[in-house]
Amino acid sequence: MTRLYCLKPKWSILPVIVFLGVWEGVSRSEFIPGHFFFPPFTVVIREFYHLTVSGVLIENFSSSLIRVLAGFTTGSISGIIMGVFMGYKEGINKTFHPIFSLLYPIPALGWLPVLMLWVGIGEILPIIIIFICSFFPVLYNTVTGIKTVDPNLINAARTLGASEKRILFTLALPLALPNIFTGLRLEAGMAWRVIIAAEMVAIPTGIGALLMKAESLIRIDIVIVCLMVLAVMCLSFERFFIFAEQKLTGKWR
Amino acid sequence: MPEIVLKGITNFICRDINLTVKDGELLVLLGPTGAGKTTLLNIIAGLINYEGNISFDGRSIDSLPARLRMVGVLFQNLALFPHLDVRSNIAYGLKIRGSPNGENNSRVNELLRLMNIGHLSHRYPKNLSGGEKQRVALARALAIFPKILLLDEPFSSLDFRTSRYLMMELRRVQKASNITTIYVTHNLLEAREMADRIGIIYDGRLEQIGPPQEVLFNPQNERVADFLGAPNVLDCEEYRVLREGLIEVNCGGMKIVASHEGGGVKKIIIFPTEIYVSDQKPPGPSLNRFRGIITEIIPSEFMTRFRIRVAENILLAELDKDMFSEMGLEVGSKVFLILKLKWIKII
Repeated sequence: MTRLYCLKPKWSILPVIVFLGVWEGVSRSEFIPGHFFFPPFTVVIREFYHLTVSGVLIENFSSSLIRVLAGFTTGSISGIIMGVFMGYKEGINKTFHPIFSLLYPIPALGWLPVLMLWVGIGEILPIIIIFICSFFPVLYNTVTGIKTVDPNLINAARTLGASEKRILFTLALPLALPNIFTGLRLEAGMAWRVIIAAEMVAIPTGIGALLMKAESLIRIDIVIVCLMVLAVMCLSFERFFIFAEQKLTGKWR
Repeated sequence: MPEIVLKGITNFICRDINLTVKDGELLVLLGPTGAGKTTLLNIIAGLINYEGNISFDGRSIDSLPARLRMVGVLFQNLALFPHLDVRSNIAYGLKIRGSPNGENNSRVNELLRLMNIGHLSHRYPKNLSGGEKQRVALARALAIFPKILLLDEPFSSLDFRTSRYLMMELRRVQKASNITTIYVTHNLLEAREMADRIGIIYDGRLEQIGPPQEVLFNPQNERVADFLGAPNVLDCEEYRVLREGLIEVNCGGMKIVASHEGGGVKKIIIFPTEIYVSDQKPPGPSLNRFRGIITEIIPSEFMTRFRIRVAENILLAELDKDMFSEMGLEVGSKVFLILKLKWIKII
């Protein structure tokens, strides 16, 4: 079993290697005229190297990363705090739920035109977009997590001497973690998708902006480099939260 | 440990309940599902609103919230905290109350030993069996040195052998700590095994309270009698001593072996719940085994009751409704009976 388990990750890489091999083979075959529209994998990797060494990729990637981290962190933390209050205190839930129910269905990118007029095109704009993108899903997952804590557990804690505040921090919040992590995991990937879209439309820097420039210069290899960075970052963020969730809740779930 | 006095306890289920639980006593509240037993426990624990007055040792606790009542509760679903291991579950109340770490550890170790669960201290509830969870939940309830212990059908989800074993364990712990205890169940057998006194709750009212023998053999009204099932009373014609403490009694053609501590033998009493009925011949020795014919089926709210002719006697027995219909029994069906020796009472 142990040996098989050790081999498992290697086997999961195999389909990726086959996919890259087919890509390389097809793009170099005579069926595809020229490399402009479908560059081979090795050409894309070479371009990735050039963009990295020249600093272009790092500069644009750093811009996108900072925006995602700033927007996602503030959005998630706000969503968790608000979600905890709404989940635990029915009065707060009744007050805010109708407002958030109206705002939640609006796509994050739908805010772009009005935010461009309100805050202008600058660093704050993509951060607010990511904040909105992260806030609502994390909020609703936290509310669900807190509300679904077994009332018997809360009663048990009360009889053992716990105040409402202690119940919230020692019981409700830890037990809501699986739901909170579901929200974080889903929105971590979504934040990257949204930032790329926002940069493509309205922001002059970042991976999305680089992608649009490459498209206008018909540099498909650079476009693919940008898409690969996006894919790796979405995957990495999601995997990070899966790892964190496993670390924090794996023992008891 | 305190005496608990409840005066005029009323809410959406309970109706004017007056009750005194004596110091160190184990009172069993017995009644059908939905009678208000759990509600009454929650009222005493301070978890739901009520009218009336509750006092511990003469001091009213009506204004105290649940966290200050010092009541240990064993919930029906046990309510173990899934994110804490056994040790942390037991220590939860102590930590919340700010006990020093050293004292916490020694109290938790003491309870782990008392409940024989020391080897489970780092396991999480998901990795515990039903019986182990019961022990942990009981240890957690006892950890805070409660004045009163409230147990809500603690063994309802366990198999017969485990629940019997844990009942004995619980009785041992309760006697050792002399803690005033209220134990809720709908199981007559559990009630008889555990109780110092039994209180019958029906439709939110306390219908009768007293020692087990008194309640079981002298039901105060029809509702109590219907819930308990009226006992079979057989006239004894003659008896002979088999050996010390054991006699064979002839009752209308039935030769019944019963334990006997001396004195006269006039009648034999056995409850319908203590008659094992089967449509197939049970294996084992022929002691207290009889054949009979069903003469009448009496529908009841809780069970299916039926009368069986055995020799010259008519015995009332009962079975779970589903079990009765599974056997396909009807008037005229031949059945096999075993009278459970332990619950045959001689008067």
